[in-house]
Amino acid sequence: MKLEVVYFAWVRERIGVPRETVETEAETVAALVTELRAREDRYDLVFSDVSVVRVALDQTLSDFDAPLDGVSEVAFFPPMTGG
Amino acid sequence: MAVRVQCEDFDLGFEMAVLRAESTNIGALVSFSGLVRDDMGDLQTLELEHYPSMTKKALAEIEAEACRRWNLNATLIIHRYGSLKPGEQIMMVAVASRHRKVAFEAADFLMDFLKSRAPFWKKETGIGGAEWVDAKEDDEAFLKRW
Repeated sequence: MKLEVVYFAWVRERIGVPRETVETEAETVAALVTELRAREDRYDLVFSDVSVVRVALDQTLSDFDAPLDGVSEVAFFPPMTGG
Repeated sequence: MAVRVQCEDFDLGFEMAVLRAESTNIGALVSFSGLVRDDMGDLQTLELEHYPSMTKKALAEIEAEACRRWNLNATLIIHRYGSLKPGEQIMMVAVASRHRKVAFEAADFLMDFLKSRAPFWKKETGIGGAEWVDAKEDDEAFLKRW
């Protein structure tokens, strides 16, 4: 399946692009992260400590165990600092 | 009930007057506005990045939850993005209700959730360089109050 993957703040800066289309068979966010980490160092670095990364699926805050079935956009970003 | 996400500044006094005019049943009007703070005197800009397709939805959900929990006459959330200078307004929340305690509580609730559930990120640029502002550990803990 094809997923739109978007990045924000320092995650975006370290990955080097704001968004990309990823071809994957990953069933969960965690599996997608494992795939990305195996790809290149910049992904490996960003996801080396997922306790400082948050994930949203189709614009709703989610978690790393969540399934990707039916999802079209995955977003990775640091903890939010609104207000 | 309104949510606005915008680059431009807003007029707090004007917004409060609009809320006040909504009904004569309002007895309490509470507002909070967040400003760009320059602690060390060396901040040049605060860049606010956000997730456009998620931001309005997240803010509207937070507002809807406040309206479920309290009986409110009106609410308003305005949050800016883009490049801001020290002293500028970043955002505001306002709550109108019949009584004071409800208005204070609902405004406090809105702010706690805005802090760690609204998809904004802040980058400070000063004389020494640029740095992303980390979320505070307390921010997440504050959600458990509700």
